[in-house]
Amino acid sequence: MRKVYKLTDLCCANCAAEIERDVRKAKGVADASVNFIAQKLILEIEDGADAEAVVKKVEKLVRRVEPDCDMIEAH
Amino acid sequence: MRRERKALIRILSAFVIFLAAAVSFHLTPLKSVAEAAKGWHVADPLFYLYAVPFLVAYAIVGYDVVYKAARGVVRGRFLDENFLMVVATFGAIALLDLPEACGVMLFYQVGELFQRYAVGKSRRSIAALMDIRPETARVLREGEEVILAPEEVAVGDVLILRAGERVPLDGVVTEGQGSFDVSSLTGESLPFAFEVGDEALSGAINLEGEIKIRATKAYADSTVAKILDLVENAATRKAKAENYITKFARYYTPIVVGAALLLAVIPPIFLGEWKDWINRALTFLVVSCPCALVISVPLSFFGGIGGASKRGVLIKGGGALERLAKVDTFLFDKTGTITKGSFEVSEVYPAERREEILAAAAIAESASNHPIARSVMAYAPATDHSGYEIREIAGRGVIAVGEEEILVGNGKLLEERLVEYSPLEKAGTVLYVARGGKYLGAIVVSDLPKENAAEVIGSLHSEGCRTVMLTGDAESVARAVAERVGVDEYHAGLLPQDKVAYMEALLAARKEEKKGVCFVGDGINDAPVLALADVGISMGGIGSDAAIEASDIVLLHDDLSAIPTAKRNARRTMRIVRENIGLALGVKVAVLALTAFGVLGALSMWLAVFADVGVAMLAILNAMRCLK
Repeated sequence: MRKVYKLTDLCCANCAAEIERDVRKAKGVADASVNFIAQKLILEIEDGADAEAVVKKVEKLVRRVEPDCDMIEAH
Repeated sequence: MRRERKALIRILSAFVIFLAAAVSFHLTPLKSVAEAAKGWHVADPLFYLYAVPFLVAYAIVGYDVVYKAARGVVRGRFLDENFLMVVATFGAIALLDLPEACGVMLFYQVGELFQRYAVGKSRRSIAALMDIRPETARVLREGEEVILAPEEVAVGDVLILRAGERVPLDGVVTEGQGSFDVSSLTGESLPFAFEVGDEALSGAINLEGEIKIRATKAYADSTVAKILDLVENAATRKAKAENYITKFARYYTPIVVGAALLLAVIPPIFLGEWKDWINRALTFLVVSCPCALVISVPLSFFGGIGGASKRGVLIKGGGALERLAKVDTFLFDKTGTITKGSFEVSEVYPAERREEILAAAAIAESASNHPIARSVMAYAPATDHSGYEIREIAGRGVIAVGEEEILVGNGKLLEERLVEYSPLEKAGTVLYVARGGKYLGAIVVSDLPKENAAEVIGSLHSEGCRTVMLTGDAESVARAVAERVGVDEYHAGLLPQDKVAYMEALLAARKEEKKGVCFVGDGINDAPVLALADVGISMGGIGSDAAIEASDIVLLHDDLSAIPTAKRNARRTMRIVRENIGLALGVKVAVLALTAFGVLGALSMWLAVFADVGVAMLAILNAMRCLK
């Protein structure tokens, strides 16, 4: 399942790269990409994984790197 | 914007305090206070007179950096930018280089502010290029106009569009006529005239008067949603350069921090002067910030993609752009890509009079809807064909029976009717025409190359690329087109699976090479080849999902000339990416080296901050050139 999130207040390109790296490694995440310029996180959740739990986990990972960053689901 | 203002106010007030303190302690009699404070005489009240103004300025401008650094450490994140800045400036404070600690933090924040501003601005200017998203749709429901979000409109709904409004969903014009501005979709600047029954593409702007359209697709399936999805969200495939630089940054920071530790400890053991060496080590910490390196690369790619989308060339992510820059071989499908994909009369060989043969052919072809017949009708002047009875003979041609018998068809038709004719060897379809048993001549109908095909192939050659044409058509047809447009090589009589096999063989043979192969097709039955190629370019709009899925680049309009332009853009973007990496790394390494040898003296930490935020700014400005 593919989900697209807007990341608010993502202010450092290196942090974006770190978020991408961390989120990719998370369980239940098939693939992830952070576009710093568009301030977007594209999340590919593995089939059969508990999507809600994965998103919660991802949110935590994002906050760890950028504490002020919010994830808002886009369309 | 409010955040930026707040930052600006903080910077300005800290700067005023900093300047006042620095001037008074260096240029006025208060200088003696500064002298007295040297050496941490904590018991001396003069020490506080000296330290407090600087510390206040430092707190005003840097409290958030300190806070973020502390929060990072609590969460187990060392070595981020905030942490490095805090260690460097706290170190300077410990060495009682108060003006330096304060000034460096100020300088850093100014740089950050500029950087945020520049990123925000470039992001907005790229976003403006892609500003084709319709905000609302005016829908007619039960006779009433209601304003809905495009997502809420159902297929079959009737939409009302005033002049200047954007078509929110793909549909068909049901009322009114005028013209659409499709420049933001395809880069085509000429307005596109329409009337009732014509297709209305979402994203087009209605230029004149009120019209009605009936939605034929839901928003999510409409052109505009597909384009936005493609450009904004297809970036899961990042460019190698982008992945390389983030990976590099991951090792770069710890290495430089390690070097800083060594620099602070080892040389002083032998040389003494520990204060000086610690100062140099602190400068290393500032240089170790990775952001300037990391920011410039994705921004360049995004600019390159944004600039291309302005011309109706949709590129799926930085990876595709990077591979396009490396392509040195272009394979083209023939029909519909190099050629127009429709038949036209290309030559007429009258036995005697030109008008005679055309008039006869027009009469005979008037009843047929076959593409060849239509091409003859479009070419010949209008003729009265009443009084003729027209029969089609499969595999032969057409016979029109009236006052005289007209034959239009291939050689077999004339042979069977015992008409003598002179056979022609021509690429394309040759129609022989006879009237009343007398041979009038021949008309050649063929699928002509697009007007600019030869020019486009030529400009690819001047870029140093090889061009190959693949086609399922017969050898003679392929040769004629190939000669006309000037491709280096052509292969005729290929079935779709033969094209796949050809591409596989080519890729296997070139495995060792660093260059790439690009396939250009219209997406009709060549999706497998598009997917196989290093870069697959599909032409002619956002039509088939399979073709969009399979290709890396989608040309929204049918214009071949976008290909050399896109290729040049891709190469330019890669050059800018390399420039940026070189600039950032070069300046950082230079500052590190100069600092290690103590060449820069008191300036070193200031230059280190410039190497971080200043270079990031320059890289951002450079990256914006990709937009053009």
